[in-house]
Amino acid sequence: MNKNTENKTPLNWGAMLRQASVPIMFIIICVICIPISGLSANMLINEIITRMGRNAFLILSLLIPIMAGMGLNFGMTLGAMAAEIGLILVSDWQIIGIPGMVLAAIVSVPISVLLGIFCGRILNQAKGREMITSYIMSFFVNGIYQLVVLYLMGSVIPIRHASIKLPRGYGIRNTVSLLGMRQKLDNVLAINVAGVKIPLLTFIIIGLLCLFIVWFRRTKLGQDMRAVGQDMEVARDAGINVERTRIISIVMSTVLAGLGMVIYLQNMGNIATYSAHSQIGMFCIAALLVGGASVDRASIGNVFLGVILFHTMFIVAPRAGAYITGDSMIGEYFRVFVSYAVITIALVMYETNKRRARNASGQRLAAAQKEDEEKTAGKEGEQ
Amino acid sequence: MNENKAPLLEMRNIKKDFFGNQVLTDINLTLEAGQVLGLVGENGAGKSTLMKILFGAADILETGGYGGDILLDGQKVSFSSPFDAIAAGIGMVHQEFSLIPGFEAEENIVLNREPKKPNLLDEIFGDRLDTLDRKAMDEIAEKAIEKMGVSIDRHMVISSMPVGHKQFTEIARELSKEQLRLLILDEPTAVLTEREAEALLDSIRGMSARGITVIFITHRLQEILSVCDTVAVMRDGVLVEKVPAAQTNVQEITHWMMGRASSSSASGKAAKEDRRDGKDARTALKIRKLWVDMPGETVRNVNLDVREGEILGIGGLAGQGKLGIPNGIMGLYDAGGKVEFEGQEIPLNNPRKCLDSSFAFVSEDRRGVGLLLDESLEWNVAFPAMQIQNKFLKTYLGGLIKWRDEKAIREITEKYIDELKIKCTGSKQNARELSGGNQQKICLAKAFALEPRLLFVSEPTRGIDVGAKALVLNALKKFNRENGVTVVMVSSELEELRSICDRIAIVSGGKISGILPAAESVEKFGELMLSNVI
Repeated sequence: MNKNTENKTPLNWGAMLRQASVPIMFIIICVICIPISGLSANMLINEIITRMGRNAFLILSLLIPIMAGMGLNFGMTLGAMAAEIGLILVSDWQIIGIPGMVLAAIVSVPISVLLGIFCGRILNQAKGREMITSYIMSFFVNGIYQLVVLYLMGSVIPIRHASIKLPRGYGIRNTVSLLGMRQKLDNVLAINVAGVKIPLLTFIIIGLLCLFIVWFRRTKLGQDMRAVGQDMEVARDAGINVERTRIISIVMSTVLAGLGMVIYLQNMGNIATYSAHSQIGMFCIAALLVGGASVDRASIGNVFLGVILFHTMFIVAPRAGAYITGDSMIGEYFRVFVSYAVITIALVMYETNKRRARNASGQRLAAAQKEDEEKTAGKEGEQ
Repeated sequence: MNENKAPLLEMRNIKKDFFGNQVLTDINLTLEAGQVLGLVGENGAGKSTLMKILFGAADILETGGYGGDILLDGQKVSFSSPFDAIAAGIGMVHQEFSLIPGFEAEENIVLNREPKKPNLLDEIFGDRLDTLDRKAMDEIAEKAIEKMGVSIDRHMVISSMPVGHKQFTEIARELSKEQLRLLILDEPTAVLTEREAEALLDSIRGMSARGITVIFITHRLQEILSVCDTVAVMRDGVLVEKVPAAQTNVQEITHWMMGRASSSSASGKAAKEDRRDGKDARTALKIRKLWVDMPGETVRNVNLDVREGEILGIGGLAGQGKLGIPNGIMGLYDAGGKVEFEGQEIPLNNPRKCLDSSFAFVSEDRRGVGLLLDESLEWNVAFPAMQIQNKFLKTYLGGLIKWRDEKAIREITEKYIDELKIKCTGSKQNARELSGGNQQKICLAKAFALEPRLLFVSEPTRGIDVGAKALVLNALKKFNRENGVTVVMVSSELEELRSICDRIAIVSGGKISGILPAAESVEKFGELMLSNVI
């Protein structure tokens, strides 16, 4: 019975190395690029801390659908749109600072819940194809979002302030300034350590979310989600309402993404009305994968490692690229290229690992047969 | 155990048909608390259907329910889902594991029945936000494992467990349900090693002593005799015998299971003159040390020689690996070992190479593998021949352009429609629209059109009616005798194999347990089938 354990250790090393291959690759890229970029340590750390505060909450919102077996889910884009609608309305109502953020979050939650239920229901029809379905659906919902923001706001939904309205009288401008909210959250309790600004309150909120996720894993619902994520049929046979559980996981993800987007945009200080959400899903997923997550497994550690590595690369690579090629546009190109590349690599690795597992069962059978033969050969020899 | 007069379980006149096809006829069965019943029978005898009825399975209700009454403690019950059955104290361990692979044994044992610690949030969001009470979970699991009497590590993750322990986890899960009174074990020892099986039998004895009634389904008759109070034998949907285990033996049970002795010997004799001895025939196909990783039909270390021009039958119980042999050789599942055809080695895991060496395969999965359902019959018949042997093609410009020869395709299709009496509106009809039997005939026509030298046929008569069955079998025989094609036919119906095959190999436990001439008595085959069942 313990035969399998013998060859387990070398196998596991290989598996671990394969799993860590993406983070290792990024560490190497960063190590090469950091000296070429010529950035000071102080500046680099400052940038990384800022971006970590900006992005970590959003990326954490991806963890719950992964736990429920729904893969790398673009459903979070829907939450991001809900947050943008909330922020546009709040800036029209001229409520600024922390109260404005809280109000925007409150406005975003019901929209996120509705979109989440809608998304969850559709994904229940497309089990096993959640990633592509949610990706295409984010485009579809983007169309509805544009309808609301471009035509209904100002004509049906009252928008008073000319500064955010298009000159024609309805629709929202390309950029909505959030000057009244800009880094208001980050600046509360901000501390300065050796020239590095640490937005303490933002980090406390992120920390609370991490604690929530850890706690959530230990609840009945969390346990049910893990069960559903691993085997829907078994979970159903045990009496767990699989469909409902999956919808809840998506709703939680969209709501958290909405809150995360409010944090993200207060740090940026403005909303790119028609594009802020469009790539956020992809960048968050790419960052999570860079941190060593896979389609069916992701941890809080992956989130933070991913944020640090992914953003370090974004900070240093354009400068390194500019230094080498003399073209600063290379940075943006690099950003998009790397994101797609990372997601593709992760998907390919997921499939190869599955195939490897299948082959392994065949190999075990061959090995068992050989053992059998040796045993019988040994017996015959004795006789 | 108590003075309750009514038996724990009583089944009265249970009847079940699937769309007019009677699978259970008037089953009467009574079980007392603490009794252990061994239920045996060939595949398709109706054991599983009977248990599904008892367990309230969805597919029974969807196909029109059942006739007769089930009484628990003298009260008539009717379960609308397995959950009702569980609530009434019935537990079932299925042949396929129903476990979450990444969970510990303990988490699986209490799955969806986890004890919880309430907190503030559950007032608002309901009790799913309660945290799990790990300590109480631990206690429940420990108690259930203790009740089972076989020690397993309750903190081990299922995916890293040996198969036997997975089985024990399932049993422990059923035992952890307080209300459990009747436990159904469907071939639980199939995946166990000898020592584990022994432990399980001990555990069954323990359960029985605690007053839990056990229905034990297995093909290992020795186990039945050693652990059961009563043996019930089913055959063709009828409960043929029910005797105390102490008053019977393996030979007798085998005889009851196989039955049909009188009718079958006649059919054996009738075909006898036509049988080929073939002892001096050349070996066409030589299989050495073949393993096939086909889920549910694993093949282990098979050595087999097929003689030129014969019809070799491969029989055996379901799940013993008979289907794995043709599927593995044809490259549909991962396989290893050595296969030689007419002295030439055939590479495995390469379907194209097999087809190039003039093998053809009629798959048991006719809708999935066998047919292009949404294409015409012409296409279905001609496609492989066109693809593999460049038949039915007109070439131009020295082979640069190949066009289908529609006329030749129609001719060959019509020829087979005629020969095999395929009921269809014409050669252009889509394969999906045909009945099962006619689809099977198209599959055969497709294989015939390849003009193979070796033909594998897998379950050729599964799910088709009697008339079509005879036609299919005759067509196979004719093809074999007239064209000298070697045929290897896999079937779970022994009678069918005996009616057309020259020799029959029986697969048991993934290995060939013996090869007998087709005229041999049914009991001999039965013994082989059960010889090293796993």
